[in-house]
Amino acid sequence: MRTGRGARAGQYAALLAYLVFLAFPFLWLVSTAFKSPRELGSLHPAWIPDDPTLANFRQAFDEQPLLHAALNSLLAALSAALIAVVVATPTAYVMARRRSALARAATGWVVVSQAFPFVLLIIPLFLVLKNLRLIDSVPGLVMVYVVWALPFALWMLTGYVRAVPAELEEAAAVDGAGRLRTLVSVTAPLLAPGIVATALFAFVTAWNEFFFALVLLKTPEKQTLPVVLTHFIGAEGVADLGPLAAAAFLATLPSLVVFAIIQRRITGGMLAGAVKS
Amino acid sequence: MTSVTEVRRPAGRPGPGRGTRRAVDHGPWFLVLPALIPILVLSVGPLLHGVLLAFTDAQSGRTEPTRWIGTLNFRDLLHDTLFWESFRIGLVWAVGVTVPQFLLALGLALLLDQDLRLRWLARALAIVPWAMPEVVVGIMWRLVYNPDAGVLNETLRDLGLGGDRDWLSGLATALPAVIVVGVWAGMPQTTVALLAGLQNTPRELHEAAAVDGAGAWRRFRTVTWPAIRPVALAITALNLIWNFNSFALVYVLTSGGPGGRTRLPMLFAYEEAFRYGQFGYAAAMGCVMVAAISVLLAVFLVGRLKGGDRA
Repeated sequence: MRTGRGARAGQYAALLAYLVFLAFPFLWLVSTAFKSPRELGSLHPAWIPDDPTLANFRQAFDEQPLLHAALNSLLAALSAALIAVVVATPTAYVMARRRSALARAATGWVVVSQAFPFVLLIIPLFLVLKNLRLIDSVPGLVMVYVVWALPFALWMLTGYVRAVPAELEEAAAVDGAGRLRTLVSVTAPLLAPGIVATALFAFVTAWNEFFFALVLLKTPEKQTLPVVLTHFIGAEGVADLGPLAAAAFLATLPSLVVFAIIQRRITGGMLAGAVKS
Repeated sequence: MTSVTEVRRPAGRPGPGRGTRRAVDHGPWFLVLPALIPILVLSVGPLLHGVLLAFTDAQSGRTEPTRWIGTLNFRDLLHDTLFWESFRIGLVWAVGVTVPQFLLALGLALLLDQDLRLRWLARALAIVPWAMPEVVVGIMWRLVYNPDAGVLNETLRDLGLGGDRDWLSGLATALPAVIVVGVWAGMPQTTVALLAGLQNTPRELHEAAAVDGAGAWRRFRTVTWPAIRPVALAITALNLIWNFNSFALVYVLTSGGPGGRTRLPMLFAYEEAFRYGQFGYAAAMGCVMVAAISVLLAVFLVGRLKGGDRA
């Protein structure tokens, strides 16, 4: 398509504006994380720190149990992602391959459940987990995360299953392969990348999650990273900016790395799930 | 397409085809159970339980048994001016975030669909807000808005436009300031969805329209928009729900302050439930929120679908 030179220039200007809008808060976070306390106190903060320092990172680890919180987050997110995928894959397979009433009901619920505010969900879960003595424990949080991750895990996986042609399975059946054999040696290998992408996506969402962790975890040693991060902000909303920025920057890195890996697959999978249902 | 397969199947290979069909029939029930049980026990059940709690006087840490109190919670809510103020703020926030989010994301998606240099960088950057923990997004923008060490005031000072505002504590600026953050944080999902919709638009149609001398706006109206409309409707409806129910961003940015100016309904309900222990009352708020969002969605979808028929 032909585009005039003026229009092109306008497009580049717009793209540049978007780049600035999207990038500047993150760049400012990084910049703040490496600034010395003296510079943070000055009235003219610069984009590039005068004398970059790692002192904020050291102080962040001294002030709050960041390492411990990161381990809690890792444990919760890994378990939730693994369980969610193990539980969701067979169901997604059925939902994709058959238009049964059950599959339709499950899909309907996935959509409807989105509309409910978390308060309605968390109060009963809080009461149930309390009875099970799973309140203030990472396993209790994992249970909540699994359920919370199931809707989009089902959604994405259903899309990935649809992308595996049913004819391949039928061909294997014609060749005399049993059902299990077909699933293991034909379907599973083709589905594996999608399963990995779904698991990683579930991992990031659980790693980032805040509300449930805030409500369910009370003991400081059990809290996850996002909850511990909020402790850097004092009661009056006054925060020690340097360590706050440093800790926030570190907490983001795992999510960014994972997202960079799966970016393409996620968008592909969500669309596959969306287009056909 | 369907008719062809239907005709061919019985004629082609009736034996094995039907055999696999029947074998699959036994599968679903036990395959669905692993996901169905947790969903029933930890999602459907609790949500129904939550709705029921709205009709009780359930409180945290109470020893006496919980009693049914009918619609008392709802009648109390009716007169709770603080809640309705919070509710109004929630609506302003939800619409104020969703609309700019959509327009900005549409613009970005249209740009990313073009053959521009630096497109890869924009694509990568457009994903960043999505990957970040909401808490970090909140912290990050607190640094931007910080009255002394923040980049916003520093830039304004450089431009000679004042720059001594405390954005998040000012009564007038707090809500607009958090809305900007909401827009920023939610742009990726919307952009990705719209971009995918755009890439499904047939190129030839565009070219044909261009050859016919249709201007950019007409091409957009007649070719692009009809193609992305379903995606646009779906993502906007979802955004509306997500934004109305959002919590972490504003909790970190302002905790609902100053003076309740940014106290979204979710923050209000959270405080009611977990600071004051009023489980029943908070559940009633949740019910009102579901009802409101359903009405909002119904109005939005009906309006949009009708508008589409006329266009």
